[in-house]
Amino acid sequence: MTLVAVLFWILAGFTALSALAVTFTTRIVRSAVWLLFTLAGTAGLFFLLGAEFLGAAQLLIYVGGTMVLVIFGVMLTASHPASSLQTNIAEWSLALSVGVLLYAVLCVVLFSVPAVTDAPEETSRSLLASKYLGSALLGNSSATPAAWLTGFPSEKPLPRTRVHYLLPFEIVSIHLLVVLVGAAYLARAKRRPETKP
Amino acid sequence: MNGELQAFFEQNGYSPQAAAVASGLALALLSAVMLLGLLFVNSIFFVWLERKVAGRIQDRLGPTRVGGKFGWLQTIADGIKLLFKEDLIPQKADGLLFRLAPYLTFAGVYAAFIALPFAQGWVAYGSASGALSIGVLFVLAMLSTEVFGILLAGYGSGSKWALFGGMREAAQMVSYEVPLALSVLVPVIATGSMDLGHIAREQQGWFWEWFLFRDPFTFLAFWVYFICAIASCKRAPFDLAEAESELVAGFHTEYSGIRWLFFFLAEYSAMFAVSGLAVILFFGGWHLGLPFWTFFATGPELSQVLAWPHPVLSLGNVVNALVFLLKCYLLVFVQMWIRWTLPRLRIDQVMMTCLKYLLPIACFLLLGISLWEVFLRSLVGPYCKATLATLVVGSLTITLIQIWRSPASQPPTLEVAVPWNPTRPPSIPQPKA
Amino acid sequence: MIPLLAEATSSGWITPIGLHHYLFLAAFLLVCGLVCMMAKRNAIGVLMGVELVLNAAAINFVAFARYNRTFELEGQIFALFVIVMAAAEAAVALAIVLSFYHQHHTVDVDNARELKG
Repeated sequence: MTLVAVLFWILAGFTALSALAVTFTTRIVRSAVWLLFTLAGTAGLFFLLGAEFLGAAQLLIYVGGTMVLVIFGVMLTASHPASSLQTNIAEWSLALSVGVLLYAVLCVVLFSVPAVTDAPEETSRSLLASKYLGSALLGNSSATPAAWLTGFPSEKPLPRTRVHYLLPFEIVSIHLLVVLVGAAYLARAKRRPETKP
Repeated sequence: MNGELQAFFEQNGYSPQAAAVASGLALALLSAVMLLGLLFVNSIFFVWLERKVAGRIQDRLGPTRVGGKFGWLQTIADGIKLLFKEDLIPQKADGLLFRLAPYLTFAGVYAAFIALPFAQGWVAYGSASGALSIGVLFVLAMLSTEVFGILLAGYGSGSKWALFGGMREAAQMVSYEVPLALSVLVPVIATGSMDLGHIAREQQGWFWEWFLFRDPFTFLAFWVYFICAIASCKRAPFDLAEAESELVAGFHTEYSGIRWLFFFLAEYSAMFAVSGLAVILFFGGWHLGLPFWTFFATGPELSQVLAWPHPVLSLGNVVNALVFLLKCYLLVFVQMWIRWTLPRLRIDQVMMTCLKYLLPIACFLLLGISLWEVFLRSLVGPYCKATLATLVVGSLTITLIQIWRSPASQPPTLEVAVPWNPTRPPSIPQPKA
Repeated sequence: MIPLLAEATSSGWITPIGLHHYLFLAAFLLVCGLVCMMAKRNAIGVLMGVELVLNAAAINFVAFARYNRTFELEGQIFALFVIVMAAAEAAVALAIVLSFYHQHHTVDVDNARELKG
């Protein structure tokens, strides 16, 4: 029971309970608060896994950005607080049964994944430093470790080559620009007269 | 220290694994308690300082009664008063969110101190060689989680003034995060590392090694950072959220007692955190700027004294930490000074400043520092440093001399035609009949 | 309690934390997100389910990056892209929800029946 294990169980329990609370809360603002805790728990798990840059990025982008957006959306579309939209029992039972079934299938699949644990002396190590991530994203592949060319398992191991992620990086930046313009356009204040329901 | 603590636990009957867990938890608890203590003491000091600064700027004295001539214990008295206030929760408030919001706000700011080094090796998470490797990003991320607490406070209060204040405040803080992050990237590009300990170590030596004087882009980046930091701490002139004349008290209208105290703890801790980040990024961190460890040490004696008794817990580091705290307090004082001098901006002016002025300037600075690092640094680096340092220090000196010599700083002399006799009241002019 | 748990671990009863722990947690988050998407009537509730699913995927990526040296770089890069794309998608989804609210004055997804046959 190393420190990593203690921290894992605390963080995983916190994340899982918050995810349950997101699903089963009736009031939408509370649901957003539990989602915030789930995202913070996920960031903690990223830190525990050694992906420090990702943990900080998750907190900055998700908690500091997306959740604020969601809460603003909730507050701008709020109806009367007493009338929270309730789902009836039939739909809940259908959703829960599908969920439990899916979880059972996933567990069966997961047991077929070969178990991997750390060697006893390296229970906690950092993943690649952020400078390698930056080098990969900027197209400087000589600074990053070699990767498999495809993910297909084969009998003879494929030669390892160096890859970089400059193209997805550029695509994502253009994508974000498009999303910015599109969201601003979609959510603009419309000045046409009231339409009949 | 982890190894020594683990050995201590092992001697008391814990197995090696349990000792490792216990020592890790004990160290984390120690750091947490020390940071919490520092934040509480800082906030007590800052509340007193704010009232004194406010008083002096407004040509009055500030607290002078509680605890002697300077009112040292005023904050303690305020804290005791707040402890005894009625715990009031409005009827329409969302109970859970109303109770959660102050602690959420404070937790976000408190966690930012995990990555902030106070001296070489004096950091909550890190070693003697460096702090967290992505320290800058971590501090920014934690300071940005404060927004959520403000939103919940505004919504959970169940009152429209609080909701408006909370939403305005959240919009302001989230908008100002963008030029804040861009201006913080400028010294990161200059160093090539996000490790705060490494950035501070790069600025050792004389004070012209500080990043403030390094090149014009980091110089301007400091001013952009400082303005965005004041906005993200919701201090005047950006304090629409707590605008007393407009929104009663903004998002913390319905809060009283200890919950209100936590909001102000969060605010002063955020001021301290952004000042600490500014000091490390631009003002040389914990370095004094006058390297008299090496300058006056004729032999290794002084450096040995200063490295006693332990590589990390040494006298030199104590002095360094004090220098760091002093610089942080100076920046916090400047923030308070600005608050009580400048009038408040309207919300559209606030947004315009961010989106039309600071954001393009920050983008230009980012471009500029990249080009500077590639092309110009080897050519004009030292000359720029010398020029900027001379300009800044020179203008500061001239300003101080002018203030000292100005007529306003001399005490006014009172000329009386008729000296007032205390036993006879001065004659009151009779009204004409 | 700590010595007790240490004893349980050294006797092999509790395994050290490995890949499976993270995968099970990610599967649980995925299922919670799916149930949330299916059962919520508020459009923003459905969006929260989507966020949960995306987070589950990101945890999966980073867990594989940690426990398999081959994917050390790819796992983090993919998780980073997942985070960024999720933020972009949340923005667009909220814009659509706001547009819907302008028109129908409610965010009940049961009211979105213009295309119903």
